[in-house]
Amino acid sequence: MLLILLGVLLLHLIILILLIVSTAASAWSVGEGRNTDLWYSCLTSKDGYHCKPAIDEDWIQAVQALMILSVLFCFFSLIAFLFQLFKLVKGGRFFFTAIFQVFASVFVMCAAIIYTVMSPDDSAHTQFGYAYVLAWVAFPLTLISGLIYIILRKKD
Amino acid sequence: MLTVLALASVVLLGIVPDPSQAIVIYTGWERHALLGSDVRLSCSFFSWRWTSDDVTFSWTYRPDGSKDSISIFHYTGGMAYVDNKGPFRDRLEFVGNPGRRDGSILLKNLDFSDNGTFTCDAKNPPDIVGRPQSSPLRRVPIQAGVITGAIIGVVLGLLVLIVVIYYLMRFLVARRVFSLSVSKHGKKKKEGSQQRQGPAPPADPSKVKAAASEKKKQESRKDKK
Repeated sequence: MLLILLGVLLLHLIILILLIVSTAASAWSVGEGRNTDLWYSCLTSKDGYHCKPAIDEDWIQAVQALMILSVLFCFFSLIAFLFQLFKLVKGGRFFFTAIFQVFASVFVMCAAIIYTVMSPDDSAHTQFGYAYVLAWVAFPLTLISGLIYIILRKKD
Repeated sequence: MLTVLALASVVLLGIVPDPSQAIVIYTGWERHALLGSDVRLSCSFFSWRWTSDDVTFSWTYRPDGSKDSISIFHYTGGMAYVDNKGPFRDRLEFVGNPGRRDGSILLKNLDFSDNGTFTCDAKNPPDIVGRPQSSPLRRVPIQAGVITGAIIGVVLGLLVLIVVIYYLMRFLVARRVFSLSVSKHGKKKKEGSQQRQGPAPPADPSKVKAAASEKKKQESRKDKK
């Protein structure tokens, strides 16, 4: 039982780290000498490294909001997990933890889908960066983690 | 067998596209941009021929609500000619790469009157038959970051509201303010309702059914916890 708990907790922490890195790292779209993320678009030219704020369009703000919300919900579910670990009655389910985790996965999915569909179609940016891949990896992991919490029951 | 193979190869060769097909132009989708920001209007094309040295790109602009368009940019013979008389004087810059079939332009410092449709026409001699593609541009007065903050605020607010309502309901139920009762009060309620229904048995069979289903729901909620 302890092993399962530790494993589930470790998975949760990994997911949280993935989400934070994906939201903060500047590598959603990469091209030669240029990388873009949700917040800034940076260009390495002969005279240095210039950054300007990302395109102020509705969809990039929605992606920003959804990624931040997913990080927050993952964090809330971690807090709820630790709280319910000590306060739950025997045989009880980790209801709140599961709900928050599933919401986090839904938000990451929506953010990744919106970014895929609406990503800036500059011809120099042909590649999707590692932060985008991390967001797509985090979505099934979060969903699986949420489902594990739904099935998990507190024994003692 | 051989005849089938021969027929198949003839059919497949016939499907190979003719190299003199039209050029296909791609531009960006409808863009929204803030006042004073820089907008990159992208234009690219696909052609069955190699990119020739005589490739040309032309951009024209048609303001919203107007029927005629003016030419604002032209690239030909390796030189880019930008607008130096019209509404985009000193605000256009060529940021494309004709060798890579990219004819994008950068419109700097978006102005009040820059709502309209930009059309890109690319020609790759001898491949010149194609349809110019339009890319509308709309100026948006929303401040940066407002939408982000609004979405986050609404979702978190809903979350807080749901949690507060949930705890409020539990609190009120524990205080017996509501007639929905949980745990030991459920049995007392059952006895009370049975007593009331003694003198008038066929009065409300639907009410009894509703009370029974409510009790079932409460018990299942208890089990979940």
